[in-house]
Amino acid sequence: MIETPNVDWLALSPTLALLGASGVALLTAVLVPAWMRKGVAASAALVGFVLAAVLAGVVFDESATPEALLAESMVRDRLAALAQVILAVTGAVVVLASWAERRRDWHSEYYALLAAAGAGMVFFVGAENLMTLFLGLEWFSLCLYVLVALDTDRATSLEAGLKYVIVGGFGSAVLLFGSALVFGATGELGFSQIAAAGAGNDAFLVAGLAMILAGLAFKVSAAPFHMWTPDVYQGAPTSVTAFMSAATKTAAMVVTLRILLTAFPEEREIWTVAVAVIACVSLVWGNLAALAQRDVKRLLAYSSISHAGFLLIAVSAASERGGEALLYYLVPYSAMSVGAFAIVAARERELDRPVTLEGLAGLGWERPLYGVALWVFMLGFAGFPLTGGFFGKLFVFSAAYDAGDWWLVLVGVAATAVSLAYYLNVVRWLYMRTPPAAPMVAVGGSPPSDPALGVAVGAAVFVTVASFFAAQPILDLASDAAASLPF
Amino acid sequence: MTTALILLPLAGALVVAVLPLPRTTTAGLAFFVALMEVGLWIVAASRFDFDDGGLQLGTSQEWVESLGISYSVGFYGFSLWLVGATVVVSAAAIGYAMWVGRDRPRAYHALMLFLTGAVVATFASQDLLLFYVSFEAMLIPLYVLVGVWGGARRVAATLTFVVYTMAGSLLMLASVVAFGVTQGTFSLLDSGTSDNMWIFLGFAVAFAVKAPLFPFHGWLPLAYREAPVEVAAVLSAVVSKTAIFGFLRIGLPKFPEPVDDLTVVILVLAGAGLVYGSVLAFRAPDLRGIVAYSSLAQMGLITLGVFALNDLGLDGAVLQSVAHALVSATMFLLAGMVERRCGSGDLDTLGGMAQGRPVLATVLLTAGIIALAVPGSATFAGEFLIMAGVYDEGWGYAAIVALGIVLAAMYVLRLISAVLHVRPGSAVREEALDLRPGELALVLPLVGCLLALSAWPALVSQSSFPSDEPQQAISRSLR
Repeated sequence: MIETPNVDWLALSPTLALLGASGVALLTAVLVPAWMRKGVAASAALVGFVLAAVLAGVVFDESATPEALLAESMVRDRLAALAQVILAVTGAVVVLASWAERRRDWHSEYYALLAAAGAGMVFFVGAENLMTLFLGLEWFSLCLYVLVALDTDRATSLEAGLKYVIVGGFGSAVLLFGSALVFGATGELGFSQIAAAGAGNDAFLVAGLAMILAGLAFKVSAAPFHMWTPDVYQGAPTSVTAFMSAATKTAAMVVTLRILLTAFPEEREIWTVAVAVIACVSLVWGNLAALAQRDVKRLLAYSSISHAGFLLIAVSAASERGGEALLYYLVPYSAMSVGAFAIVAARERELDRPVTLEGLAGLGWERPLYGVALWVFMLGFAGFPLTGGFFGKLFVFSAAYDAGDWWLVLVGVAATAVSLAYYLNVVRWLYMRTPPAAPMVAVGGSPPSDPALGVAVGAAVFVTVASFFAAQPILDLASDAAASLPF
Repeated sequence: MTTALILLPLAGALVVAVLPLPRTTTAGLAFFVALMEVGLWIVAASRFDFDDGGLQLGTSQEWVESLGISYSVGFYGFSLWLVGATVVVSAAAIGYAMWVGRDRPRAYHALMLFLTGAVVATFASQDLLLFYVSFEAMLIPLYVLVGVWGGARRVAATLTFVVYTMAGSLLMLASVVAFGVTQGTFSLLDSGTSDNMWIFLGFAVAFAVKAPLFPFHGWLPLAYREAPVEVAAVLSAVVSKTAIFGFLRIGLPKFPEPVDDLTVVILVLAGAGLVYGSVLAFRAPDLRGIVAYSSLAQMGLITLGVFALNDLGLDGAVLQSVAHALVSATMFLLAGMVERRCGSGDLDTLGGMAQGRPVLATVLLTAGIIALAVPGSATFAGEFLIMAGVYDEGWGYAAIVALGIVLAAMYVLRLISAVLHVRPGSAVREEALDLRPGELALVLPLVGCLLALSAWPALVSQSSFPSDEPQQAISRSLR
């Protein structure tokens, strides 16, 4: 009789739910008549994401102590579960926000790939060895490559897809090479086994660590590994950008934190400095470049690079408080990011052209709810009080100060000051500029109302504001999750 | 009680923003909420025991336990008086906005009420983080209020205003983090003192920008000139006082040693600001310029009182803060009323308005005479206490204060004569009306408060600090 490994189905259930949803969505392309294809595929994806969120919540509840799965290739712990909840909720909101997006008739493919990318990320955050790490990374990356290029009518979308494939492929290759070096130095693939092998400051191990870090930095779009971000964020269909900016960053950040702490605890003194340097470069580069942007999607892309910097400050603290800060920050950040891109998507449909700052002129008065929402997101990105972005920054700064990196606090504060210039510039265009003489709105009257997008934006605003007032409950969850890592 | 004072305007803001009411009803509703806030403050003041030393009407609620952050509010004597000035000035400002009928009334009045709530929360906060949050929250409505409803150069005005204040505030955020993390709590009631000069400097710069104090006043002329006049009134009257509150509640009690080390520097800068602001006010070509720069001068004066670090100076600083809040709000509103009649605030084009407009002349003269600190007025009492206070630190400072009082007389009299007397200016038309009953109803309460305070300045100066010894209060109970 063949011995079968003991499979913990509950721990895998979020991934399986999304894979199932992806399969159903894909089948609609052949089994469902064209007129109801979009509805069925979108509902399948929505159900998949919601189910995954619920199942991940159950896993969170039942995994007080970390447990290795599937021959120690995966781990079931609260860190993974919390990240899965964030990812799945983000995905659900994106499904709502992308309902009215124009795409030829590739609705089934779009929702199938979105759910599959979600499944890949949900799998990725539970990785506990270098093989599953790479597998998860490629899994969601391949889906995203296609999603970015899905809008085949637009040359920019195809260009973005190509750029993402090449640069993303390069990033993956670097990560893979790094993994090989680490395996060469220790003879182990599992994270905790790598740590236990105790290779010390072996040159191969350190080189491998550096390359793994670089490969992950590509995915979190931290400078100087960010070159693809502005082009891809600008060219991709806006709902895909929304998903990437929030979900890819969440997944890659959580995995970065996990692999650095579990696999390389002895090299802590090396990687804390390396991560701090990457964080500073991201903060400086992201903020300065954002100042010069006219296209709102590019502006938000550079803003997301600078936010990678803030998140990496929390990683470089390498403390329980840093882990909590990171996980807390991801909640309002994901909400603000998805919400902001959703509003850009709405405006894009209205104008039928890419949204520049000029394109936002008067939006605040024409559409008060979107206006107020975008205002809230910008204030949140800038770290103003009354949004979760404020506590995110506060927790990150206090973690850094606690770890003795007071200079990182000063860099973060200076970066925030610079970022105000472009975030408040968006608010200025919303409310303080009149639209140019020629009407910006495309001919043909106002666009059809889009209640799904309204719900998505409303949910994002709610999370952004509620995470300020209810900071402690979220911080408790974050601290439970962070407790599953060996600090 | 304190929470109600904070939440009433915020709830009012939400209701005003959401309800699709006609223009006048919206404005009326906002004004009604502002008046209710005044009533609520009177109730709070009647429950306040001015003889008791400690924190009163306080509540505390855990917020983020892991970092020691709590929603903790309450009043000391001086904060209650500052809130009193805030609610009165806000009501007058909202009333004025109703009178002139600002565009987009729902957004406008919601933001004004939100601003009121944020200022009250700043004065009430007993937790460093709550203080920071409210301090920053004031900026959100101000940015839009100036940027959307301001004058021709409003965009430049908002830009400089936000750049200056945020640079200060973010330094303060670094200090808040450093102070809170080292103390293990952000509560002002539980934390101890710190002798870290850098942390104190972060706070000091933020307050110096907000006040503003020389040489951090770069944003002031544009913002005060370009803001809608009632927003400028709120800005100079009460928003600037949050800086004084910050020095009184955080700067002096929590950082005794850095304060001692820096006293001379701050006193010299404050004195320089007093003289410089007064001279600029004397040279300013327009009404609002005079009021704006006089505000800079007065903030310097109040800071001199605070950093005299003795009983007289502290009492005088609080009295002068309240008096200046009322004076500058009155002067700004009157300046707005004159500008509405003449379409300009340039002194060259004004003049001769007293002729046939007795009410305007009387009110402006009364407010002006109080502003120039004529003996017997509340401002005179405040300035005298401050002068006596800084005399302890050195006779030179007292001499500067005396010089400031003389200069104040010069610039206020220049304003009065340029508007009311001399020849009728080109912008003053025969038909320009006297103050209307509605306008009078907004200004008279402010002047009435000032006259009452002039008759009995001890009402504020004797009840601002627990016990009769403010300095001990600062160094013991507030610590």
